[in-house]
Amino acid sequence: MTQHSAEESASSRPLTAPPAETFSYDNRIVRDFAVATIVFGIVGFLVGLIVALKLVMPDFLNFIPQLSYGRLRPLHTNAVIFAFAGNAIFVGIYYSLQRLCKTRLFSDTLSRIHFWGWQLVIVLAVISLPLGFTTSKEYAELEWPIDVLITIVWVIFGANMLGTIYRRRVRHMYVAIWFYLATFITVAVLHVVNSFEVPVSLFKSYSFYAGVQDALVQWWYAHNAVAFFLTTPFLGIMYYFIPKAANRPIFSYRLSIIHFWALVFIYIWAGPHHLLYTALPGWVQSLGTVFSIMLIAPSWGGMVNGLFTLRGAWDTVRESPVLKFLVVGVTAYGMATFEGPMMSLKNYNAISHYTDIVIAHVHLGALAWNGGLTFAMLYFIIPRIYRTELYSTKLANFHFWVATLGILFYVLPMYWGGFVQSLMWKEFTEEGLLRYPNFLETVTQLVPMYALRAVGGGLFIIGAVAAVYNLYQTGRQGSLLADEADQAPPLVDSRYSPTKSEGVHRSLERLPTVFAVLTLIAILIGGIVEYLPTALVESNVPTIAAVKPYKPLELAGRDLYIREGCNNCHSQMIRPFRSEVERYGDYSKAGEFVYDHPFLWGSKRTGPDLHRIGGKYPDSWHYLHMQDPLATSPGSIMPSYPWMITDHLDYSDIGAKIEAMQTLGVPYEEGYAARARSDLEEQARQIAAGLNKDGLTVTADAEIVALIAYLQRLGTDIRTDAEYTKAFDRMMTKADQGTEFGNYWPLTEAADLAAGQAIFASPRNLCYTCHRLDLGGQVGPDLTDGNWLHGCDMGSIMSNIKRGFQHKGMLPYGSGKPLAVEELHQVASYILSKAGSNPASPKEPDLSRASPCDPQL
Amino acid sequence: MYKEVLQSIEGVEIFSAVSMLIFLGFFVAMTAWFLRADKEQLKEAAALPLDRPKGGADHD
Repeated sequence: MTQHSAEESASSRPLTAPPAETFSYDNRIVRDFAVATIVFGIVGFLVGLIVALKLVMPDFLNFIPQLSYGRLRPLHTNAVIFAFAGNAIFVGIYYSLQRLCKTRLFSDTLSRIHFWGWQLVIVLAVISLPLGFTTSKEYAELEWPIDVLITIVWVIFGANMLGTIYRRRVRHMYVAIWFYLATFITVAVLHVVNSFEVPVSLFKSYSFYAGVQDALVQWWYAHNAVAFFLTTPFLGIMYYFIPKAANRPIFSYRLSIIHFWALVFIYIWAGPHHLLYTALPGWVQSLGTVFSIMLIAPSWGGMVNGLFTLRGAWDTVRESPVLKFLVVGVTAYGMATFEGPMMSLKNYNAISHYTDIVIAHVHLGALAWNGGLTFAMLYFIIPRIYRTELYSTKLANFHFWVATLGILFYVLPMYWGGFVQSLMWKEFTEEGLLRYPNFLETVTQLVPMYALRAVGGGLFIIGAVAAVYNLYQTGRQGSLLADEADQAPPLVDSRYSPTKSEGVHRSLERLPTVFAVLTLIAILIGGIVEYLPTALVESNVPTIAAVKPYKPLELAGRDLYIREGCNNCHSQMIRPFRSEVERYGDYSKAGEFVYDHPFLWGSKRTGPDLHRIGGKYPDSWHYLHMQDPLATSPGSIMPSYPWMITDHLDYSDIGAKIEAMQTLGVPYEEGYAARARSDLEEQARQIAAGLNKDGLTVTADAEIVALIAYLQRLGTDIRTDAEYTKAFDRMMTKADQGTEFGNYWPLTEAADLAAGQAIFASPRNLCYTCHRLDLGGQVGPDLTDGNWLHGCDMGSIMSNIKRGFQHKGMLPYGSGKPLAVEELHQVASYILSKAGSNPASPKEPDLSRASPCDPQL
Repeated sequence: MYKEVLQSIEGVEIFSAVSMLIFLGFFVAMTAWFLRADKEQLKEAAALPLDRPKGGADHD
C-alpha cells in the first residue's frame, strides 16, 4: 500500500466499516426506455427509407402535403437523433449510472415524468413536423412550445441524474459518469441558446438571430448536438459496456481522462467547419478548421482505448454479438471522426460540402456508431433484466451481418455519387464553359446510387426487425426483475472534502458540482471566443445599402418556403468558386442576409442553389415548375406542389409577423404592421395578373403567388446597385460572344429542318419547355414574331444557343455537349424557318428589351 | 437587441482573451496532472464497472 492510500483510508473512513445497506436498482425504467428506443428506432428508419425512395420516385406518397419530402426529412433526422438515439441514451445512462453509483435512481417519480415527457416531445414532433410547423434550423426544427417542453424534460432528467450522483455509495465517479454529466450540461446550453426565438403565434416563431450570426449559432448548436448528444453519451456507454461485455477493465484509465477533457474542450470550437467558404468571416472559419484537426487526437484516443480493451481477448468477439456490435461501432466512430476533420480542410470541403458525401458521413456515424452501440447495449441489458439468456444468438448474428452489409450498401453509393456529382459541378470545357450547365444532368446521374442506398437502408431495417423479434422473445421467455437488489456500504461523510494527499483531479471528480461547473466553463469558452466578435465587430458583417427588408408578401412566401422544407434540398449560399459563380451568379455576401430570421443557407444541394434565383426565370416558369417539375425539367426528382396553387394563403397574422420582425430590429417603418396587409394584397394582385396574362389559372390569394414573390426577390437586392451590376455584368460577358459563326447561313433542306425540329422538341435539350413546341413562347420569348433580344442573324442565334444566358435562366447548349455545331446550325435554321408562323396566343414581346429584326438583311 | 446587451457589458472584448488563456492553462494543468497520477488509484477506478466478489475491495 502506498503512503497515499493509507492516509486516505484513515481520513475518509472510520476504523470499523459501516454495515452494508440493501437497496434495489430500477430496471423497469430501463426497460421502458428500451421499448421506446426500439419502437421509435423502427419508425425513424422507416421514414428514412421513405425519403430515400422519394429521391428515386419523387411522387411516391406525395398525394398530401404532409407527406412531401421537405417535411418528412426533418421528421427522419429528428426521429433518429432524438427518439432512437435519445431513448437509447437514457437506457444506457439509467442502467449504468445506478450500478456505478451503487444506488437506485434519485426519484422514481422524476424517472416516470422524464420518460413520458420525452415520449410526449417525440409524439408532438411526429405530428407537428409533417404539418409544417418548423423553424427550419436543422435538428432544432421543433417550434417554440415544444422547445419549452424539451427544456423542462431535460432539466428533470438532469435533476434525476445529479440527485442519483449525490446519493451514490461509491466515492469515485467513473469516467462514464463524466461523459453523462457533460451531455446534460452542454445539451442544455446548446438547446437554450439556439432556441432563442420571438413567437408570432403558438405555431410560428422567428429566430432571434439573423443571417451570418444565425448560421454561426445554428452550426455551433448542430455540431455540438452531434458532439454531446450523439457522441459523449455513447462514449459513456462505451466506457461502461465494453469493460462489462469483455469482463476486463478499460485499456487505460489515464487515457480516458485525457479523452474526456480534450474532447469537451475542443469539440465546442469546431462548429464553423460547417460553414467553410460561406459568408462567415474567414478567421472564424479558420478557427473551425484548426480545432477540427485537433479533434482527431481525443477521438482516436477514445477509439483506441475502447478497442485496446479487447487486446488478448479478440476470440471473445467471435462468440458475442454484443462485442461485435461494439467493435464495429467503435471502429466506425474512428472512421467518422477521421473523416470529419478531413471534411473541415477547405480543399476537401470544397468537394464534399452540399453533396451526398456528407450524407454518407452522417450515416456511418448514425447507423454504425449510434446504432451499433445501441443494439449492443440492448442485447446486453435485456437478457439481464429479464433474468434469462438471449433468445437467439444466431438471430443476433444475422442482425449484425445484415446491418453491416446494409451500412456498406448505404455509404458506398453515397460516397461515389457525392464525388461524381461534385466533380460534375466543377467541370469546365476547354472553352471555359461549364461542362454540365444543367444542374439536372448531375442529379439524374445519381438516381441509381439513390436506389442502391435505399437497398442498404432496407437491409438495415431488416436487421432491426430481427432485433425486435429477438428481444421480444427474450422478454417473453424470462420475466422482468423490476427491482434488482444489491448491497453496498454507505459513504461516511457525504460532504466530502479533499485531502491534500490526493491528486487535484481525483478530488475534483468526486465533487459533482465543481465538476459540472468546470465542464460548463470548458464548453462556454469556444462559443464566447467565436461568437462575441462576430456579433460585435461591425466589419465582420459589412452592410450593403441596397439590401432592404422583405415586403410582406415575400415574407409570407418565405414562411411557406420554410413550411415546405425547401431548405432541405436547396442551399442559398453561393460559394466563391468560379464554377458556382458561372452556374448561379455572384457569390453570396454576408451583408445580404442581415434581415434573414432565420437564415436559410441549407446544407445539402439535392436541387440547385437558389440564392440568385430572383429574376432568373419569369413567374410563369415558377408556376409551371411547382405545379409539375417534370413539365419544365424532365427527369427532375423534385416532387410537385400542386396544393400551393389551389390553397389560399393565410395572411391574417402578417401584422404580427411584421411586429415580431421589428422587435428583432428589422427596420420596417413605425406603424407599418397596420399597412402590411394592403401592401401584401397589392403585390399579390400584380403577380396574379401577370400569371393570368400568361394563360395560367391562379387567384391573388393562392400560396404560389407568395412563394413566387419570395423566390423572385432572392438575391436581387444587390443588383439594384447600378455600379455593382455594371461591374458584375462586365465580368460575366465573354469577350468573343457572337463572332464565331459568322459564315453560317440558314439551311433549307427538309431533312435539316426536320432534324432541327427534333432537336428543338427533344427532352435532352428542353428548348420547348420555355419556348413552347409551336415556338409561341411561354417562359422564354416568342421566336416567331420578328422581335429579337440578342440579334437575329444566323451567327448570333447559334452563338446564343451555344452559350445561353445563364443568369436569365437559359442554359448553354453548345460546346459539343449536348449540341454539336452541325446540330446548332440545324436547330437555328428550324427556328428561323418558323418566322411568321403565327402560333396561337403567343407570349407578348418585351419591347423594352427586344427590337424588330429581319434575318434576311 | 442582443448586440446591445453584449455591448453594454463593460470590457466584453477581454472575454475572448481570458477564455483563450483559461483554455491553454487548463490543458497544461491537465497534462501535468496526468503525468503524475497515481497508478494504483487509476487501476481501482478502472475496475468500477466490473463485478467484484462480495466483501472484496471497496471502492473508495
